Amino acid sequence: MNAILTIAQLTFREAWRRRIALAALLLGLAFLVLYNAGFYFIHTEMERENALSAPRSALEAETLRRTVFNFFSTAGLYAVNFLTLAMGAMLSADTLAGEITSGTVQALVTKPIRRGEIVLGKWLGFSILLALYLLLMGGGLLVSVWVQTGYTLPNWLNGLSLIYLASLLTMTMTLMLSSRFSALATGGSVFGLYGLAFIGGWVEQVGAALQNRTAVEVGIISSLIFPSEALWKRAAHEVSSPLLQAATGGFGLFTTANPPSPLMLVYAGLYLLAALWVATRWFNQRDL
Amino acid sequence: MTLAIETNLLRKEFGNNVAVRGLTLQVKAGEVFGFLGPNGAGKTTSIKMLLGLVTPTAGSGQLLGQPLGHQATRAKIGFLPEHFRFHEWLTADEFLSLHGQLYGMAPTFLHKRRSELLEQVGLAPFRHKQLRTFSKGMLQRVGLAQALLNQPALVFLDEPTSGLDPVGRRLVRDIIRELRSHGTTIFLNSHLLSEIEVTCDRVAFIKHGEVVRVTELNPLAQGETQVSLRARGLTPEILTGLSPWAANLRPDGEHLTLTVQDETALPALARYLVTHGVELYALTPQRLSLEEVFIQTVGTEGVL
Repeated sequence: MNAILTIAQLTFREAWRRRIALAALLLGLAFLVLYNAGFYFIHTEMERENALSAPRSALEAETLRRTVFNFFSTAGLYAVNFLTLAMGAMLSADTLAGEITSGTVQALVTKPIRRGEIVLGKWLGFSILLALYLLLMGGGLLVSVWVQTGYTLPNWLNGLSLIYLASLLTMTMTLMLSSRFSALATGGSVFGLYGLAFIGGWVEQVGAALQNRTAVEVGIISSLIFPSEALWKRAAHEVSSPLLQAATGGFGLFTTANPPSPLMLVYAGLYLLAALWVATRWFNQRDL
Repeated sequence: MTLAIETNLLRKEFGNNVAVRGLTLQVKAGEVFGFLGPNGAGKTTSIKMLLGLVTPTAGSGQLLGQPLGHQATRAKIGFLPEHFRFHEWLTADEFLSLHGQLYGMAPTFLHKRRSELLEQVGLAPFRHKQLRTFSKGMLQRVGLAQALLNQPALVFLDEPTSGLDPVGRRLVRDIIRELRSHGTTIFLNSHLLSEIEVTCDRVAFIKHGEVVRVTELNPLAQGETQVSLRARGLTPEILTGLSPWAANLRPDGEHLTLTVQDETALPALARYLVTHGVELYALTPQRLSLEEVFIQTVGTEGVL
């Protein structure tokens, strides 16, 4: 256990020393500034038009405002989701592969620790880093909206948790591949998997709209191969208001009429644990 | 006799390529053991198998009485990898702390050892500098400190003097001597024969992944030694009288070569000659240099 914490701390320190954390922080802040500016203009423009157009009832006006805020918050989270997943892959793609190539791993594994503890330590370090990153990006986004408008996204904690799970899944899968393949092959494979899940998600959505059974099944299979997009769809479903879902007829950019079931979430959790197990196993068996 | 390392026909294949054919080796506790062989002879793979970095395809082995790869035993082992590279964004202090923690050392002891070793390898003024700013020699020194943190019973040094200047090499030599005086077993892989010659008690030559010869290097214990001497007044009677000490006499005018069982015979031999009126100009034991032994043993074709 001590070894896991030592390696986790090392992973953390590496992120700071190699300026990875700093770069992520600055770019994250830039993202928030941009989002705030964009949201401010949309928001003020909407209030202005509201004032000019034919008088509505207070309830109507408020409902419209909330639906628009909901849409733009969800859109922002969509970007946050993608960036957090990408961060998970980038942090971990080179970690084992790189240490094996450079030979720095040799002095680590010859210590009286289990090899699995190195894998788990790195996993723990990355998990904390991803949590902080998501807190900065997702949390910053929600706070921005709240400060500007007083609007709170419904079920925001569920939404952020699902995005976190998706980023952990991506990071764990990357770590697993990195225990066996080169950093480049690992990165390529993970983006391939992400792309597959992404397209599969769309095929499923189109299939559902056209009531095409095969297309829906293709989508489900792609979600089983890599559930990252399914987790996002569920997150989007959690945070989008029923009105927004009705307005987009289940075919919005970020919402879906048939969100993945809780069973898919359980599947994703098991998928993550299995990937972590395979990662330690591959790393254990490998000649270094 | 306690053995620090014992292997029996350790073998490693990578696909169709046999890296180590069958390594059988015995290293006594407390000795400095040199591991020699041409490039590609399987030295690095052998060390990696001993340390559990690489799983043997066949064969078995023990370190300090425990099977290879035994986790708890690694607490008593130190290792300086070849081409030493480490997380260069750590400072020397942080680097040693990390490795001490992985050894499971108590914080106060680790703190003390860290300072001692940084002092010993001459890096104390640089303890707060990141390793990225270190020269190759400094990296090698901090790597050496890392290998000795846990006061190991058995230390593997893979090319410890590569990249070191003469001062650094002497430092490594002194550290090895000091370790030996404390009873530490040292397994030294070096291609610098002069290095092996002055530091090791025994040396194994490996070729094609097999031990082809193990030799003692202590000159007094080396056994049969050829001696050449130059003298006047070597009569046949005197030559016959040398028989208690010497054999294979080959007189050639003022020159004579012979072999003695042991270098300890030399003073008596010299005394005999002088007391029998021989004018002795030179008496030189012809020890084969390690380089000659190396070439004799592994051949000049060298590489596999």
